[in-house]
Amino acid sequence: MNNILIKADKISKTYRLFAEEVRAVKDLDIEISQGEFIAIMGPSGSGKTTLLDILGCLDRVSTGKLEVLDKNVSVLKESSLVKVRRANIGFVFQEFLLIPTLTALENVELPLLFAKLPQERDLAVRLLEKVGLAKRINHLLKQLSGGERQRVAIARALVTSPKILFADEPTGNLDTKSGQQIFDIFKELNQKDGLTIVLTTHNNKLGLQAKRIIYLKDGRIVSKEESSLYA
Amino acid sequence: MKIISVAFKNLQRKKIRTFLTIGGVAIAVAVLVSLMGFDAGYQKSLTNDIDKMGYQVLVTAKGCPYEAATLMLKGGGGLRYMEQAVYEKIAKDPRIERISPQLAATEFDKDRQNGQGGIVLYMGVSNSYLELKPWSKFKAGKWFSSDDTDEVIIGYEAAELEQRVPGDQILIPNLNKALKVVGIFERTGTQDDGIMFIPLKTAQRIFDLRDQLTGIGIKLKDIGSLGDFEESLYNEPGIQVVSMAQVKGTIFNLVSSSKAMTNSVALIAILIAVIGVINTILMSVFERTKEIGVMKAIGASRLDIFRIIWLETTLICVLGGIFGDVIAILGTNIVEHIIRKALPYAPAGKLVIITPELLLGSFLGAVVMGLIAGIYPAFRASSMRPVEAIRLGD
Repeated sequence: MNNILIKADKISKTYRLFAEEVRAVKDLDIEISQGEFIAIMGPSGSGKTTLLDILGCLDRVSTGKLEVLDKNVSVLKESSLVKVRRANIGFVFQEFLLIPTLTALENVELPLLFAKLPQERDLAVRLLEKVGLAKRINHLLKQLSGGERQRVAIARALVTSPKILFADEPTGNLDTKSGQQIFDIFKELNQKDGLTIVLTTHNNKLGLQAKRIIYLKDGRIVSKEESSLYA
Repeated sequence: MKIISVAFKNLQRKKIRTFLTIGGVAIAVAVLVSLMGFDAGYQKSLTNDIDKMGYQVLVTAKGCPYEAATLMLKGGGGLRYMEQAVYEKIAKDPRIERISPQLAATEFDKDRQNGQGGIVLYMGVSNSYLELKPWSKFKAGKWFSSDDTDEVIIGYEAAELEQRVPGDQILIPNLNKALKVVGIFERTGTQDDGIMFIPLKTAQRIFDLRDQLTGIGIKLKDIGSLGDFEESLYNEPGIQVVSMAQVKGTIFNLVSSSKAMTNSVALIAILIAVIGVINTILMSVFERTKEIGVMKAIGASRLDIFRIIWLETTLICVLGGIFGDVIAILGTNIVEHIIRKALPYAPAGKLVIITPELLLGSFLGAVVMGLIAGIYPAFRASSMRPVEAIRLGD
């Protein structure tokens, strides 16, 4: 059985910033297998976020070939990419990016609405309980702290039962303590549920707790290593 | 959770902005309903007014035909007189079924309208008046005891206004003349409701207009002979013949030109409302760039985003339509009052008639307006690329 979820073959991403052409990702090869827990690290501007966007099918490659679950997504249009995202991918963002007019529970249910899946309230509630928000289910976002909001965002990413969870600097807007708590949730999801997780982080202390660490610099991978701290 | 509740909750985010936008739509709808209601009501009342005059032809002293038209309807200032001999002569014409001479006179009564003062219209009529208007009924009292008596019969509204009953004495202030109320007419829904009727001879005597008339109402045996009849009076000096069909046409023409103006006002109000809605929604789309991007990231398709934004616009217009209808209904009396003051001639009945069909039509118009106004903002929102919306959306 093929347990490679994502396979990138010499992918590059070029975009225009004013008059300048920026190559954010350069001829990069990467394979991500079922059950991995990868931290992409590197200095600002090294292409971490661009890489994550591409792997998460939010953005398209400029050149190269990207396969997600054996499907060549490098040739797909946005209207097809959205289906790939819906079915396979969960996203967590640094700024949480929840919908402020909705309650915690409604935010978690939202992807079900878009995926035209049955709106199982139990499932959303269960996920909120799982991330430790059992008592905050019907709170509006403004009543929640940063750490709590990120938990809602994680529950939202999980509600469609994705095969891979992407998180872009998920602890970047949090203090050390809540950052560690969020990271612990990822670890638990990976260890207990076998969920594949790919995240970017600036934070060495947290990043080193992943199973595998990929260092980027100027859009290229400079080293891949297995973490010694993963436990 | 449904798409519509996402859209609805979004509108609650900036309550004042949403409220103002809804208000803009509501005002446009209210203006539309009022103007169209006025169109319908005015035509109906005017037709009623003219048909209930009971005569097809009015002979008046020579003057401007428009003035004559207004004059005979309103009996306002600038009255012109003709000799009663003309009446005697015309009355012999065999084509006439009924004929009724009239002498209108106005007096200013400073005590009217709670001391503001107002014009009181006295109409001298002969016994044939009732023949021309067979539907006239007495609410109280009866016809004059003779054709030269100091008695008065009061129109329904004038009687209400002055709180008069048969047996009362009324005073024509400037002439220091007392008249005895002998009858009060039932409501007719026409100008007659506001008039004080006195015997023709009495009118000629107390207003010092011996053998003078202001108009002669004529009903022909055969309306087809109208042209011939007018022709035969053509050489009669000092008079002119006005047919009621002409008058109706003249007034409708006068009104329709101002109608074109008011309709363009309604159109402009609607345009402004549409632009307001588009502006509001577009602004809220740009403010939510990141949110829209993230909705796409978590699985929203272009169509999903389009529907959310489109629904928001439509909701605004649906609410605007409902409030607009409510405002129009509540504001009928005020609009009626304003129009009545502004019009050169206002018929007696209800000027603004708001029907359920009109309300429904305007409401649906607002909904269609919302559907159209929503297209562009919804298109802009749905075209946003997720990664750009999220990463560059600040």
